[in-house]
Amino acid sequence: METLITYLSVFAVGGVLCVIAQILIDKTKMTPARILVGYVVAGVVLTAVKLYGPLVKFAKAGATVPLTGFGYSLAQGVEKAVDEKGLIGVLTGGLTATAAGITAAIVFAFLAALFFKSKPK
Amino acid sequence: MNMDENYKKFAERHAPKSPIVKDCLMAFWVGGLICVIGQAFSDFYKSRGASEETTKMLVPVTLIFLAAIFTGIGVFDRIAKHAGAGTLVPITGFANSVVAPAIDNKAEGWILGLGAKIFIIAGPVILYGTLASVIYGLIYYIVGLF
Amino acid sequence: MLVSIKGDVRIFSYAAVGGAQEAKGPLGRAFDFIDESERFRQKTWEQSEGEMQRIALRKAMDKAGLSDGDVGHLFAGDLMNQCTSSSYGLMSFDIPHVGLYGACSTAAESISLASVMSDTTDSISAAVTSSHFCSAERQFRYPLEYGGQRTPTSQRTVTGSAAFLLGRGRGKIQVKQLMFGRSVDSKISDICNMGAAMAPAAVDTLTRFFEESGTQPQDYDKIVTGDLGREGFEITKMMMAQKGYNLDAVYDDCGLLIYNLAVQDMHAGGSGCGCSAVVAATSLFPAMERGEIRNLLFIGTGALMSPTSAQQGLPIASIAHLVHLSVM
Repeated sequence: METLITYLSVFAVGGVLCVIAQILIDKTKMTPARILVGYVVAGVVLTAVKLYGPLVKFAKAGATVPLTGFGYSLAQGVEKAVDEKGLIGVLTGGLTATAAGITAAIVFAFLAALFFKSKPK
Repeated sequence: MNMDENYKKFAERHAPKSPIVKDCLMAFWVGGLICVIGQAFSDFYKSRGASEETTKMLVPVTLIFLAAIFTGIGVFDRIAKHAGAGTLVPITGFANSVVAPAIDNKAEGWILGLGAKIFIIAGPVILYGTLASVIYGLIYYIVGLF
Repeated sequence: MLVSIKGDVRIFSYAAVGGAQEAKGPLGRAFDFIDESERFRQKTWEQSEGEMQRIALRKAMDKAGLSDGDVGHLFAGDLMNQCTSSSYGLMSFDIPHVGLYGACSTAAESISLASVMSDTTDSISAAVTSSHFCSAERQFRYPLEYGGQRTPTSQRTVTGSAAFLLGRGRGKIQVKQLMFGRSVDSKISDICNMGAAMAPAAVDTLTRFFEESGTQPQDYDKIVTGDLGREGFEITKMMMAQKGYNLDAVYDDCGLLIYNLAVQDMHAGGSGCGCSAVVAATSLFPAMERGEIRNLLFIGTGALMSPTSAQQGLPIASIAHLVHLSVM
């Protein structure tokens, strides 16, 4: 039962975060790149004002998988690094926390480029 | 010949609107489903004894890997056409925006094609995300001094 | 200014090449050559587009039994930066080459200039244009595998090329008059609504043509614009009606003719230099030769923005060139 509720909140919160972006795309003609930038920055800001942490506790992957979650990782990483290392942590914290994701994207993109060709649509 | 601003307004009014209800429903269930898949991987890794820290990194890596495969075999864009923000907003959209230019710009060479253009869409995300984290880090540091 | 071609210049041969989606459309069977892979045995999409031009021109020349030395000049254009599809694709022909850029209006533009050249020099001229969905997507929008959503007003770049041969004394389709367009500031900056951006240019050229020629829409069997799509088609009809010209009975748009929009998911219709060219070569001109259309106004419509001008926030400049054709 507990698992079901967790999964339902993951589904609902993740879905709602996508719906907000969809409304922005349809109503404002914002390009996808702008939406992604907006979401990452919003994730950092919402974490800073202590709103996103509780959402992650509640919705787990529903809050961490959307790109606001990338912003959450950046902000959390910088907090942790500043706590541990002081001022230098300002520079190292964000990318350290997100290094796995960014590196994975680079490596898998490179491998995909090795093995796949673009196709007509 | 020049048109005036009224024409722009007229054209915007005249244009058929995106089917927003259908778009939102699609975005909701596809986006929700991708998050559920993320959660399932998270639970799976934890059940195999991965720590909280490791799991937090493995889940996005897994989703990025899947998105790269789907992009490579030419399926991602077909799903995205219907799912819209449902595939864009999860980390899969970020992955697709790195993988797609990598595949596409190979024709212009490994350095100036693939190499230089790989972040043509995702670059701004990393740039402004990192900037935001640095600004927040500075504020956090200064506030922590008092 | 209305240009009259006095010396009996006619379009006497033409050929069209297309891709998979074009083959599935209502005109699919009328193409001279189709490659469903859309690669045309080339390594890059840009080269595929050039190869389409080569095949189209070769087929058109073969049909008329011409060799390179028989053709005086080539007028060719496409959507790629520096018109590379034309210059590289047609490199193998030993014919003087005039490169043109008129975006999607290039088919009408090249036929116009070719007819002027044939008229003044009494020689054979060729007009060739092309567009390729994959190369256009790469240059103007996103990488091919990128997952994006299209708005209802967006149009699909036609993968296709057509070549036309013009000269005196043979063939049935005579070039009578030309009206070149003016660059129009549409005030529209949404590159997913090019129909609305190009409609004012079509209206401007059509209006000037009717005024200067002293004719009315009903004097023609068909008036066909290049690639305005659903949006531009509706707006053009509306704006022309406001000016007192009722197009309803004779008006059509190549962007609506190339695909079966009820079945194929092409949003507002086709676009690109290839769109009006292949529709002319697979549908309009054959209908003229069969005598079903005797008097045709063919209006190529183009959106002249570049990725740079669009990113710098400039509205789309648009243009429309008109060719008046009639059957002998």
